[in-house]
Amino acid sequence: MLEEHGRAAGGFWRQAWQRLRRNRLALFAGGLIVVVILAALMGPHLSAVRYDSLDWEAIAAPPKLGGAHWLGTDRLGRDLFVRTLYGLRISLVIGLLASAVSLIIGVLWGTIAGYSGGRTDELMMRAVDVLYSLPYLFIVIILMTLFARGSLIVLFVAIGAVGWLTIARIVRGQTLALKRTEFVDAARAIGVGPGAMLWRHIVPNLAGTIIAYATLAIPQMILFESFLSFLGLGVQEPLPSLGNLINDGAREMQSAAWMLLVPAGSLVLLLVCFSIVGDALRDALDPRERPS
Amino acid sequence: MSENAVLEVENLSVRFAVAGQQITSVSDFSLSIAPGECVGIVGESGAGKSQAFLAVMGLLAANGRAHGSARFEAAELIDAPGAALDRIRGARIGMIFQNPMTSLTPHLKVGDQVAELLVRHAGLSLRAARRRALEMLTKVQLPDAERRARQYPHELSGGMRQRVMIAIALACDPPLVIADEPTTALDVTIQAQILALLAELKRERRMSLVLITHDLGVVAGLAERVAVMCAGRIVECADVTTILRAPTHPYTQSLLRVAPHSAGTDI
Repeated sequence: MLEEHGRAAGGFWRQAWQRLRRNRLALFAGGLIVVVILAALMGPHLSAVRYDSLDWEAIAAPPKLGGAHWLGTDRLGRDLFVRTLYGLRISLVIGLLASAVSLIIGVLWGTIAGYSGGRTDELMMRAVDVLYSLPYLFIVIILMTLFARGSLIVLFVAIGAVGWLTIARIVRGQTLALKRTEFVDAARAIGVGPGAMLWRHIVPNLAGTIIAYATLAIPQMILFESFLSFLGLGVQEPLPSLGNLINDGAREMQSAAWMLLVPAGSLVLLLVCFSIVGDALRDALDPRERPS
Repeated sequence: MSENAVLEVENLSVRFAVAGQQITSVSDFSLSIAPGECVGIVGESGAGKSQAFLAVMGLLAANGRAHGSARFEAAELIDAPGAALDRIRGARIGMIFQNPMTSLTPHLKVGDQVAELLVRHAGLSLRAARRRALEMLTKVQLPDAERRARQYPHELSGGMRQRVMIAIALACDPPLVIADEPTTALDVTIQAQILALLAELKRERRMSLVLITHDLGVVAGLAERVAVMCAGRIVECADVTTILRAPTHPYTQSLLRVAPHSAGTDI
């Protein structure tokens, strides 16, 4: 039994992978995400039809297997499959980049505030409170009017800048709890300075929280982007994103349901997959979870 | 004695601000520790044993304040800046904590936790530090050290983890080691092994050892001199035989009476 235990004790990542592999649903969801990402990256290039090319022969054509547009077209005759793939690509890029930016800012801000404590903590967290209390839609609208409407960079900065507040609060709370643990005391007692303490002893302990939040944040960001695009503030025509595709589709809901169902279904599928994978990753990455 | 003392604590007091009130945890604590000497600090829970030495190490909780003086190798430790303390802690003063189950960082391999200290203080490369760490772990008689060094704390038993803690405390060969209840969290058979290990290492390295404990049996086996603490003060300080056989202070006498086994038989 001891020997068994010893063999299971490979590297940290190998153990995590072993635990993850046991979760079939998560593997399936992860595979689906990879397929969607690959399709979103390559699909538009492989297809002869561009996302903005019009087909006058097939305006608002319903989905038809074996036809020229197997997921149908929109009211301008643009291929819905290509547009959805392209929209997925834009939504994914915005989701991933905006989450990465907000995670980096949030984790740095939260750990520094939590570990420093005292006045530094007060100042940093009050700044977060102030930013929280500003209606973010308002900030985004101001940014959009100040800069070029529909510019992807502005959109992404706006979303990222708003997104880090929650993770900063979560991370600060966890850091406060970790700061009182004995292993942090023990590390201080061997002369580990503040920088190394955060980087080596505290942030890795937050990995579970951070990853769980990240996999929640990515769909949240995608959703937020879709919401902005739905309002007409985000990605602008003729560029598609899941948000403005859903917006277009919603207008034709009664006569041409596929225009709504195709992008909305893709969005739901993607979000569900992210949630399942996130949950499984959090379990797998907890080092205290023993290999059973 | 104070001429060549390793650690000289004078008039140390520790106060905590709790709900706007000042609570005194340690007052008028003076003690000097000679090179190679083992001093036991005994007293009941809350007597201020741990807080006195946490103050010396600059590890008090945020609401605690220390006054007085603690000189170690010509450096004043009380109110010393953090960076200066970081150079002393771990390198010149080792510390062993009470609970080995929670005192190791959970996501780092135990070998790397020993190595971290050597990289930091001895300026070794990670490779050399890992090799030294393995020697240290062998030294503290961690069974199957080579394999264990690559494992995480949760894969080790309490006794093994305490051996790792001792390896960390002694890795830089510090002249002074503070052991705060090193055996309290372990079961009895392991306690004896850990104490024997501490005694052996102390003899071999000629280090000074401060042994904080409420267990008179531990003190009887290891310490040469004993300071008895009660309500934040040292009430009696003498060599171990005097304390155990002819205690003068009534608190020490009552402490001996409540010990579960007669301390006299342990000497």
